[in-house]
Amino acid sequence: MSHFVDRRLNGKNRSAVNRQRFLHRFKDQLKRAVADAMTGRSITDVDSGEKVSIPTKDISEPTFAHGPGGRREAIHPGNKEFAAGDRIARPKGGGGGGGKQASQDGEGQDDFVFELSRDEFLDLFFEDLALPDLVKTQLARIPEWKTVRAGFTQTGVPANINIVRSLKGALARRTALGATYRRRLHEAERELEELLARDGEQAPGVVELKEEIRRLRFKLDAIPFIDTFDLRYNNRIRQPKPSTQAVMFCIMDVSGSMDQERKDLAKRFFTLLYLFLTRNYERIEVVFIRHHTVAKEVDEHEFFYSRETGGTVVSSALTLMADIVRSRYPSGAWNIYAAQASDGDNWQDDSPGCREILLERIMPFVQYFAYVEITPDRHQSLWEEYLAVQTQCKHFAMQEIGGAEDIYPVFRELFKRRVT
Amino acid sequence: MTERALISEGSEWTFPLLETYEREIARIAHEVFGLDTYPNQIEVITAEQMMDAYSSVGMPIGYQHWSFGKQFVATEKNYRRGQMGLAYEIVINSNPCIAYLMEENTVTMQALVIAHACYGHNSFFKGNYLFRTWTAADSIIDYLVFARRYVAQCEERYGVEAVEELLDSCHALMNQGVDRYKRPAPLSMAKEQARQRERADYLQSQVNDLWRTLPARPGAPEAAHEERFPPEPQENLLYFIEKHAPLLEPWQREIVRIVRKIAQYFYPQRQTQVMNEGWATFWHYTILNRLYDEGKVSDGFMMEFLQSHTNVVFQPDFDTPWYNGINPYALGFAMWTDLKRICESPTEEDRRWFPELADSDWRKTFDFAMRNFKDESFIAQYLSPKLIRDFKLFAVLDDDREDTLEITAIHDDAGYRRIRQALADQYNLGSREPNIQVWNVDRRGDRSLTLRHSVYNRRPLASGTTFEMMKHLYRLWGFTVRLEAVDENGKTSLVSEVRRH
Repeated sequence: MSHFVDRRLNGKNRSAVNRQRFLHRFKDQLKRAVADAMTGRSITDVDSGEKVSIPTKDISEPTFAHGPGGRREAIHPGNKEFAAGDRIARPKGGGGGGGKQASQDGEGQDDFVFELSRDEFLDLFFEDLALPDLVKTQLARIPEWKTVRAGFTQTGVPANINIVRSLKGALARRTALGATYRRRLHEAERELEELLARDGEQAPGVVELKEEIRRLRFKLDAIPFIDTFDLRYNNRIRQPKPSTQAVMFCIMDVSGSMDQERKDLAKRFFTLLYLFLTRNYERIEVVFIRHHTVAKEVDEHEFFYSRETGGTVVSSALTLMADIVRSRYPSGAWNIYAAQASDGDNWQDDSPGCREILLERIMPFVQYFAYVEITPDRHQSLWEEYLAVQTQCKHFAMQEIGGAEDIYPVFRELFKRRVT
Repeated sequence: MTERALISEGSEWTFPLLETYEREIARIAHEVFGLDTYPNQIEVITAEQMMDAYSSVGMPIGYQHWSFGKQFVATEKNYRRGQMGLAYEIVINSNPCIAYLMEENTVTMQALVIAHACYGHNSFFKGNYLFRTWTAADSIIDYLVFARRYVAQCEERYGVEAVEELLDSCHALMNQGVDRYKRPAPLSMAKEQARQRERADYLQSQVNDLWRTLPARPGAPEAAHEERFPPEPQENLLYFIEKHAPLLEPWQREIVRIVRKIAQYFYPQRQTQVMNEGWATFWHYTILNRLYDEGKVSDGFMMEFLQSHTNVVFQPDFDTPWYNGINPYALGFAMWTDLKRICESPTEEDRRWFPELADSDWRKTFDFAMRNFKDESFIAQYLSPKLIRDFKLFAVLDDDREDTLEITAIHDDAGYRRIRQALADQYNLGSREPNIQVWNVDRRGDRSLTLRHSVYNRRPLASGTTFEMMKHLYRLWGFTVRLEAVDENGKTSLVSEVRRH
């Protein structure tokens, strides 16, 4: 009549497709949620899943239903003091009398919150950055491991047996275990030989010696040719792919003209560079330098969220960066990356100086220097000077960006080198 | 005859152990209590698989749609947070009756689920008239396989988006996609597939015929007495759309049909929640107690079982923060238990209220009640004054013309009947869901479709969703759709309209 079926080994994720469809359908809302999440996150913390929420009304599935109003009689349990004919005030917020109805109308519900996986999150994050697919896969890649040989072990699977090693071990063991017998055997054989040569077969002791020789031979034969004790297995361990350390300089103009919107755009620019670096380097340090007329090294929060006003002297930041590089990050041990965001504003006489500092004190030491000018009114002298730098240095990239989709081209050169 | 030895000690389960429990439970269910069931197919699954099953509304095989993904995401979130234990069981109304046991459960819980689902629900599915009439347990799995394949094929051929839009609209109308009175023909995959193409061609030709119109004579006034179409109002909107929507392609009609069939399959479940859950709960309680009386399970087993059982049948009062309506398990279990009590040891009051039940054989009464009622009629028939007192039920009248709510009845002599009637009405899908029917199609003119909402107790449609719904209807119909409300005095007013440009 009944039978049991064990389905535990059947695939789980039967709902994976439906989940994907759901995410696809609410992409716009999710993207907004991801963008919000990004503003709340540190740029070094972009690499994990995220809880996102969508307003319930956006994803509800409508049906024909009754709304509030009209006349309805409801039954509830747990009467304590009511008598027939009592009149009570209408409870607010749909509790008590109308509790059930209120939830049917979908009013007063919380947002629909759920968790995006890391991959889903990155997908959405990359989306409007217009990254080529190959780059996306590179960025989304889990750090790679390589398997390297690490000597030999005494346990393992048969496929990994190292024959030469095992037989060497066996030989050594046989030699060691048999040594005393073999020595005695050689002695006994020599004695027997002497005895036979001297006295012939009938000499006393011959029988005993023969017996001893027989016993010793037997003992030597009993030593196994190979024993589990001898087995050696190739040992392999996983090592992270060789990687070195990198330092990333984020330089941003925080003069009054950089509003929050521009800063958010800059943040995404920095985040992308950071993500790229995490794929390639085991350890990354981030240095934040903000400047108006003077430059200062700050922490991330202050970098993005505190406001200052005043003029702009870009060279102050570049000088500070060069100093920090010299004192803390010798270029032999560190890969140095720099990203600078600004609205292009600079004190007129300062710009030529910037070019000099860049060419002499910075570009020789860094792997890559990326500069973005965010929605400038018009290009100023800084842009011209930087253009001159670009012609001289291949690892200098600059771009004017009006929106998130312009960020990627800045890195194009950088990624291209990695991809090929 | 039966040995008095514990079946198991400890909480770990093994397959042989489950089989032993199943055998014992089956023996008690069939031989002692005479339950009639489909054969069982009991599947052991993991928690993840349970979430999968959960999110496809209990269909073992479903077509793909984002709404199931949403369900899954929500279930997963709740489960992770530990807000919600997963359901102990999912049971599918099919033959053989498929029930899922979750790997993580203890042996006690597995036994409880076997008794609850494989003998409680199973016998209800097999016996109750709604299930017998509306669902074909023999062929539902086949039909779901067919539906899944068909939808997948359509996605390949016409694009995921087109299919998704169509399914969205159909899902929205699911509640209006059931026949409430007409008996459907049984489904089976073989027949469905064989007839499907034929039906598609035929349907399309019928539709074309319907819309073949004579060129309008210029100057001639509109025919004064055009025959109304449909001649009678139609309650099954999806059926009407499937058969008569002018612009749908044959494959779209087939998908409308699939959603309609599935809605119909679930329709009995929505009408028998209290009865069905109460029935299953009553039987797991009765069967496991019997096992205990026979000395086959230990005190520890019973303690664990009773703890889950009491959780399930707990009814919070209306003024507690966790009150969320009447718990169907609590009400159902109490009603069946009370019914047994009335049969076995009736009081004076019971004799007055239920003269035909008092001192009858409870098993026969149970069988009759299980077979011939749904929630609404079951409550109207069997809710006893004692239960009304036990639950301390009271009726609240909420009339938007009054400033205050009125308590119209409480658990006293004057109130029993009114409470019983009002509670039964609360489970009447007909009054719970708005009554919307196809009223007219302007065949000669703009092909517009007019629906009518018969307003009951002046209850309006929800303002937020109605326009959304009209857009879904428009997507299916393809021409102007409008919704009128008819109030109790017969006065008609336009509620919403989506015009074709």
